[in-house]
Amino acid sequence: MKIHEYQAKDLFRKAGVPVLESHVARSAQEAADAFTKLGSPIAVVKAQIHAGGRGKGTIIGNANQRGVQLVKSADEAATVAKNLLGNRLVTIQTGPEGNQVNQVLVEQGCDIARELYLGIVLDRGAAMPVLMVSSEGGVEIEKVAAETPEKIFREHFHPQLGLDGYQVRKLCKKLNITGPAARAADMFMRSLCKFNTTYDCSLVEINPLVITKDNKMIALDGKVTFDDNAMFRHEDLKALRDLNEEEPAEVRAGNAGLSYVKLEGQIGCLVNGAGLAMSTMDIIKYHGGAPANFLDVGGGASKDQVIEAFRIILSDNNVKAVLVNIFGGIARCTTIATALIEASKEVGITVPLVVRLEGTEVEEGKKMLAQSGLAMITADDLTDAAKKVVAAVK
Amino acid sequence: MSILVNRDTRVICQGITGKAGEFHTRGCKEYGTKMVGGVTPGKLGEKVDGVPVFDTVEEAVQQTGANATMIFVPPPFAADAIKEAIDAGIAVIAAITEGVPVLDMVEVYKRARASNSVLIGPNCPGLITPGECKIGIMPGYIHKPGKVGIMSRSGTLTYEAVWQTTRAGLGQSTCVGLGGDPIVGTSFIDLLKMYQADDQTEAILMIGEIGGNAEEEAAAFVKAHVTKPVAAFIAGRTAPPGKRMGHAGAIITGGKGTAAEKTAALEAAGIVVAPSPADMGAAVIEAIRRKK
Repeated sequence: MKIHEYQAKDLFRKAGVPVLESHVARSAQEAADAFTKLGSPIAVVKAQIHAGGRGKGTIIGNANQRGVQLVKSADEAATVAKNLLGNRLVTIQTGPEGNQVNQVLVEQGCDIARELYLGIVLDRGAAMPVLMVSSEGGVEIEKVAAETPEKIFREHFHPQLGLDGYQVRKLCKKLNITGPAARAADMFMRSLCKFNTTYDCSLVEINPLVITKDNKMIALDGKVTFDDNAMFRHEDLKALRDLNEEEPAEVRAGNAGLSYVKLEGQIGCLVNGAGLAMSTMDIIKYHGGAPANFLDVGGGASKDQVIEAFRIILSDNNVKAVLVNIFGGIARCTTIATALIEASKEVGITVPLVVRLEGTEVEEGKKMLAQSGLAMITADDLTDAAKKVVAAVK
Repeated sequence: MSILVNRDTRVICQGITGKAGEFHTRGCKEYGTKMVGGVTPGKLGEKVDGVPVFDTVEEAVQQTGANATMIFVPPPFAADAIKEAIDAGIAVIAAITEGVPVLDMVEVYKRARASNSVLIGPNCPGLITPGECKIGIMPGYIHKPGKVGIMSRSGTLTYEAVWQTTRAGLGQSTCVGLGGDPIVGTSFIDLLKMYQADDQTEAILMIGEIGGNAEEEAAAFVKAHVTKPVAAFIAGRTAPPGKRMGHAGAIITGGKGTAAEKTAALEAAGIVVAPSPADMGAAVIEAIRRKK
């Protein structure tokens, strides 16, 4: 689960990770008030969307409006907020349709001496979280990683034990951070690693992380993603979810216990298991088609889940045919067959339907489908299924 | 022979009194697995399908001589259950549970690696030596005793591969589902070592997916240490970057972990890569042919 910068900064404050004073605004008036409240000569107005690259991103239909802007008066803050709020911001991470800006963060300015990058992610190879820092702050870290990997420094830490003091000293040495700033770094980095564990984060990224002229270390940005699997022990975090930032069909699928990702093609896919679902997309492409979605009904798909899956797939107007590919293990082919028959009655499947069943109770399942009189194209194996569904949309 | 499990393996189920635990204990028993016990704290003395239930894994091991376990304990308690199995000295631990918080797995992984236990999973279908021992949730009948060692990060896609190798008459030595999470107990490399040393395994099929670099590392290992024919398939060729495709591990980040990168690394190591998921069986046959 992703959260906004302003939410991340609220959590940082509670965890003792230094951030600047800031206020959220949902209208031009609120932005002006926020500026006045800050009482500093300059402030920064930042669009709040779940995507990076906001500083270089632009508003659709108003290209000189960027997602992050410096303001010097309450009036200016109001004007910028007005230009951002309710409009769609396009960044390198959003896609051409952009994300709608529903709130802005008005943050006080500071005197920056240095900009750094800091990230905490899971290093799968080491099976440990890793703290990464770089002197190349404010730029795309992917670019740094690709072009000058020697500028990124890493320290692994055990989630329950945290980062040790010597690890911070090693990083400071490499980044040439000394004196009071090094002491600030110790507090900052160790608090943030603890934060990562406390909230079960799968990503914490601060870009830029700044050292001010008076030697403070401050998180000027905050990108936090939580591990969905750990949400059961973070009831309080659930309120931070912003459904406006998510694809409605994906939210709906999640509520039904389905895993769905919308894509751009014309062939809807209904599959059990993530690996097989990805492979089904692959084989459609291999035979010249384009998948409209990834959809995993899960290992033990129930009748209701399959019916809901059909509704979701067919709610996408791009869908011109549907491929059902089930390899029954725990999920039985008879369950799938029952659901298919009911779904066709309830939902009304108006596009060509190609069905490939294999596995547990396959013969009974096929027989049920044949007797139902349901209009569909049956397939014997994966290749056959892919070819038939691709032919159906041509 | 086979790897990890065979007809003499004595298996318990942790979480046996839950719905899934009970269902699959029955399934494994029907397949012929020696299901000797189960564990659910507070349920000592109960029986599930004739299998005795114990309070702790230690007790179950003492009473039944169990040397393998399959874990269906719900996510909040799964890490604890795996640690208990390691502590009790269980040789093969298959953690089926889906949805274990990844940070819980850091310590579990460390302990598993420092012990003599082999941890498979979590978030995996389990493992099976056809005709001898099934530990997990895979449909038994699609398997056939034979010569291909199959290892995979995915569940149902493994069934697809198993079915293809069965229909091609190759059969399987032992099939292992590694699990789809970012941290899992056993890697492709761990299994490559075992398959290479196993007499029954004549060829190896590796089923990977986008995300991470486990496949690239496995490719380097194959090039240096594996003399047996190896075939592979990578799922997620068409997956867009940044979108998680079901498995927590299956996500392309920062342009890394794409199917194209993985395929190139595998082919450079002399591995036959199936272009389509329908060609996994054929890729194994081709890999065997090339080594002759």
